[in-house]
Amino acid sequence: MAIVFEKPKALTDAELHYCPGCTHGIIHRLVAEAIDALGVEGRTIGVAPVGCAVMAYNYFACDMVEAAHGRAPAVATGIKRSLPDRIVFTYQGDGDLASIGMAETVHAATRNENITVIFVNNAIYGMTGGQMAPTSLPGQVTQTSPYGRDVKTAGYPIRVCEMLSQLDAPEFIARVAVNNVKNVKNAKKVIEKAFRNQVEGKGFSLVEVVSSCPTNWGLTPQKALEWVETKMIPYYPLGVYKDKSGEGNKE
Amino acid sequence: MAEKVLMKGNEAIAEAAIRAGCLHYFGYPITPQTELAAYMAKRMPKIGGVFLQAESEVAAINMVYGVASTGKRVMTSSSSPGVSLKQEGISYIAGADLPALIVNVQRGGPGLGGIQPSQSDYFQATKGGGHGDYHLIVLTPSSVQEMADLTALAFDLADKYRMPAMLLADGTMGQMMEPVVLPGESHATVEKPWAVTGTEGKRKHNVVNSLYLVPDELEKTNFERFERYAYIEENEARYESYMMEDAEYCLVAFGIAARVSKNAVVALRAKGIRAGLIRPITVWPFPKKPIAEAAGKVRVFVSVELSMGQMIEDVRLSENCKKPVYLCNRAGGKIPNPGEIIACVEKIAKGGDV
Amino acid sequence: MTTQILIAGFGGQGVLFAGKFLAYKGLIEGKNLSWLPSYGPEMRGGTANCSVIISDEPVGSPIVSEPDVLIAMNLPSLDKYEDAVVPGGMIFVDSTLIERKVKRTDVKVFYVPSTKLAAEMNAPTLANMVMTGKVMKECPGVSGENIEAALKKVVSARHQDLLEINFKALETGYAL
Repeated sequence: MAIVFEKPKALTDAELHYCPGCTHGIIHRLVAEAIDALGVEGRTIGVAPVGCAVMAYNYFACDMVEAAHGRAPAVATGIKRSLPDRIVFTYQGDGDLASIGMAETVHAATRNENITVIFVNNAIYGMTGGQMAPTSLPGQVTQTSPYGRDVKTAGYPIRVCEMLSQLDAPEFIARVAVNNVKNVKNAKKVIEKAFRNQVEGKGFSLVEVVSSCPTNWGLTPQKALEWVETKMIPYYPLGVYKDKSGEGNKE
Repeated sequence: MAEKVLMKGNEAIAEAAIRAGCLHYFGYPITPQTELAAYMAKRMPKIGGVFLQAESEVAAINMVYGVASTGKRVMTSSSSPGVSLKQEGISYIAGADLPALIVNVQRGGPGLGGIQPSQSDYFQATKGGGHGDYHLIVLTPSSVQEMADLTALAFDLADKYRMPAMLLADGTMGQMMEPVVLPGESHATVEKPWAVTGTEGKRKHNVVNSLYLVPDELEKTNFERFERYAYIEENEARYESYMMEDAEYCLVAFGIAARVSKNAVVALRAKGIRAGLIRPITVWPFPKKPIAEAAGKVRVFVSVELSMGQMIEDVRLSENCKKPVYLCNRAGGKIPNPGEIIACVEKIAKGGDV
Repeated sequence: MTTQILIAGFGGQGVLFAGKFLAYKGLIEGKNLSWLPSYGPEMRGGTANCSVIISDEPVGSPIVSEPDVLIAMNLPSLDKYEDAVVPGGMIFVDSTLIERKVKRTDVKVFYVPSTKLAAEMNAPTLANMVMTGKVMKECPGVSGENIEAALKKVVSARHQDLLEINFKALETGYAL
């Protein structure tokens, strides 16, 4: 009988701890599929963040390092500079990458470190129970913005791809989503490209994945995916923001 | 015998580190350790090593964490305010049981403080520094020769015990030049099967981590780590004893303070006052035994420090309050001169309060 | 024998360089020695000083607080350190820049117009070396030997063309 579906080899058998309806599982799978497709699992080293994906080191079958909050790009820089022929990726959330770790993110990008960054943007701090994130939308109600994010006092959300694409150095900056089949298929392609870029020695490649958090958004999984479509994507347009190879274009 | 060369302390550390097989350096500019980074920036590209000026001390120490995860020798250097910023990363390195070298060429504090020499990061270096239960092996050079020798030793000890080591120097040690015989080439000889290097499909994945959400597991790692620390305290404490055979007045000082204290000891003896010096070379582990032994023989201890009195607490704990312990100190970037130490001891000898 | 030397002047007068020259000379002669600069913003145009100790014994504190030899390249330096010199010690004064006389009567004083002499040999930045030449002649702890070898060490590789003029400046001071 032909096998039509199986778990990627780059994932372990550990059971994921993510909430029902959370799209981290899909994104883990897409990363693992990219590693499988390129056949690089045995020479890949991943860096896990602090946030919901803190235990990603249990789920990826390659060697893994757990970083301090926001420092994954610096840790990945160290690993890559030590072992330039290894494939090094970070997997980070919005608080980790765009708040506490913004300096590390921008500087790894501007050095064009030959690493792959998977940036999961769900507009909220999930693990600590739903606080305002640097990417929370204007008016968004969270535990620490109970009357809605007031841009006069809490500032505006940060559009990471738009910002990083202003830098001269980085190779590839793109934003995808995983809220429907079409978007998942595209995300798979883009994530694989971000890893292939590294294999080919091209440099810093970041993929922002617009994700959902039904638990802390207070929505059913299905409603959360709708919220991604109607609220998140209009604020965070999908597409390729920078591609030095000239292959991709903004959708 | 190998040739003596004239070098600044900061440069001696850098060259000794390279000779010890450290080919990865990450730093951020700060006075008075800049020569170290400059030396690395010049040398590393020529020997296939990595010099990277990080965006911050925080990033630098996390790059160190990354390289240490791969099992290679790696270091960073900074001065007091910068070392405070590195504390988060140092705690993670200790929590993940990784070897690495951190150099602190101390300056006066707190806050931005000044840029002149100080020893006021003693507590930070020896009592943890960052969050959680942990120690660093802390070595305190007192000459440019020791800046080089203790750098090599620090890498060896860090590898041997899988923990971060710190070279706790000060502005004078960093800036001064003395003749130095550079150590020969060496490299890590300890196997590092825990390192992340890629599984090559041949083994289960390695995970470098300090997160243990189950308290029983976290407690176990802490207890095991402290068993190792106990062994280190028993076996790795280093010190120099100077004119202690018949000493009545035992000075205790490290680094630049020990250099000045030696002058004072000689001068005091010329005046008929039997002074001696115990110079800790490691301040963690602290050389408790020689101080405890001295407590049975000497009249008093005098802790000579470039701080408001930090090491004095370890002196008291070591001699177990058997004899009075006095403080002779300058702070904020000032260094006691031999005359001040002599006056301090003479006053004690006459029964006066210091 | 131990000689504790304090060289002080404005930043830019080559105070650290003169100290390094003496240190390298000591190294070549197999002496124990230390060289310790002041550092920080004061190097940029303010007062700079450097401690050099040359000894047959191991060097204790590298900080010269009571110099056997004071080289004062400007007035603030003489004002600041004159009283610190040990009785019987030596003070070398750049008499081009310092108009006053030394008040101490228990030290040997040498007035050397080093800035003027350096200017006359068309090397205005080498007053430090003219002065050092005089120190080598007068100070028993600093010999007149190994000048070339020490200069070669202290003059950086890309400035080796300056060896000769440095040598001349030292000679000029030594001949006084």
